[in-house]
Amino acid sequence: MIKEFIKGIWKENPILVIMLGLCPALAVSTSAMNGVGMSLAFAFVLICSNIVIASIKKIIPGEIRIPAYIIVISTFVTIIDYSLKAYAPALSSSLGIFVPLIVVNCIVMGRAETFASKNGIMASLFDALGMSIGFTIVITLLASIRELLGNGTIFGYAVMPQNYQPFLIMVLPPGAFLVIGFLMALHKKLSRK
Amino acid sequence: MVSNETGIFLLFLSAMIVNNIVLMRFIALCSFFGISNNMEASVGMGMSVIFVMVMSSTVSWLIYHFILIPFNLTYLRTAAFILTIATFVQLTEMFIKKTSPGLYRALGIYLPLIVVNCAVLAAAFYCIDYNLSFIRSIVYAVGIAAGYCFALVLFAGIREKIDIAPIPKAFQGYPIAFITASLMSLAFLGFKGLFGL
Repeated sequence: MIKEFIKGIWKENPILVIMLGLCPALAVSTSAMNGVGMSLAFAFVLICSNIVIASIKKIIPGEIRIPAYIIVISTFVTIIDYSLKAYAPALSSSLGIFVPLIVVNCIVMGRAETFASKNGIMASLFDALGMSIGFTIVITLLASIRELLGNGTIFGYAVMPQNYQPFLIMVLPPGAFLVIGFLMALHKKLSRK
Repeated sequence: MVSNETGIFLLFLSAMIVNNIVLMRFIALCSFFGISNNMEASVGMGMSVIFVMVMSSTVSWLIYHFILIPFNLTYLRTAAFILTIATFVQLTEMFIKKTSPGLYRALGIYLPLIVVNCAVLAAAFYCIDYNLSFIRSIVYAVGIAAGYCFALVLFAGIREKIDIAPIPKAFQGYPIAFITASLMSLAFLGFKGLFGL
């Protein structure tokens, strides 16, 4: 159980190693708050759909499993999309199209197909938890670096000294590619030792 | 922001270059990085995406405006669109296989991959979210698809050069690809000032 949980954080980190789920990670990481909001929405969908798929895997015929998974996943995506719209409209509008796009997020489908369809409910739950935490750590780190360099703040609090000149480019699209490139290189260097 | 007042040509340019789906909106990155290490595959994937995206956005628009809105079912749009795309990819595959074996050999292996290409679903959402009319949403979808194909082919060309360049060990493979994408994105950012859409 612990192994399933740990692997998502470092060895099989969804963003840095498996390279899945890049789209939301790069797009919403302009501020640390957005990053955390996206991670929570994502974790909800991944955990719920992994549990449901693991529990109904025996009654789904093999040939139509992909459409069945899509229906399960899109149900949870619709739930979180409408809940965000109702309870956190500001967050919902800054995440925009990336909340409904969780449905085609490769991690959710990938975990359903490679893990939840072959393992028990508890193992799938821990797998989903580990993956979500790995996703959350990377997206929060990425967003904090971008917000710090591009705006001089983290979670909206000013961190840099008064006379700090922000690199505006960091909150624009090129900054996201640049920071994730450096994070991946760092991960590669540390795991090689 | 684009709307129904935007000219057709500007709408196309906005979708293709100013708001390039890959480099400016970060959609379809998985396939962008996954497939761009091979020029031939990139061209094949780009062409298949153009075809499927235009068709599925058209069908999704019709489904949204003639089925989901009249029956007050708009909350089902995520499920409806993704199933439309999955069905459509399957149909396209069968149709091409029967009518044009040559085209099937060229595009065949990329078609199933398109179901999980988020650009296709995103294009359908954008056309609905901007409230575009039928003709304009087709133009917009063509623009998005052309932008995807354009960025993918450019990037594949650059990666062929990167393969023979000396690169620090930790940066080999994906990290350098991301930094290259960052520079390309910087170049595309320049168009923002040109149209302001």
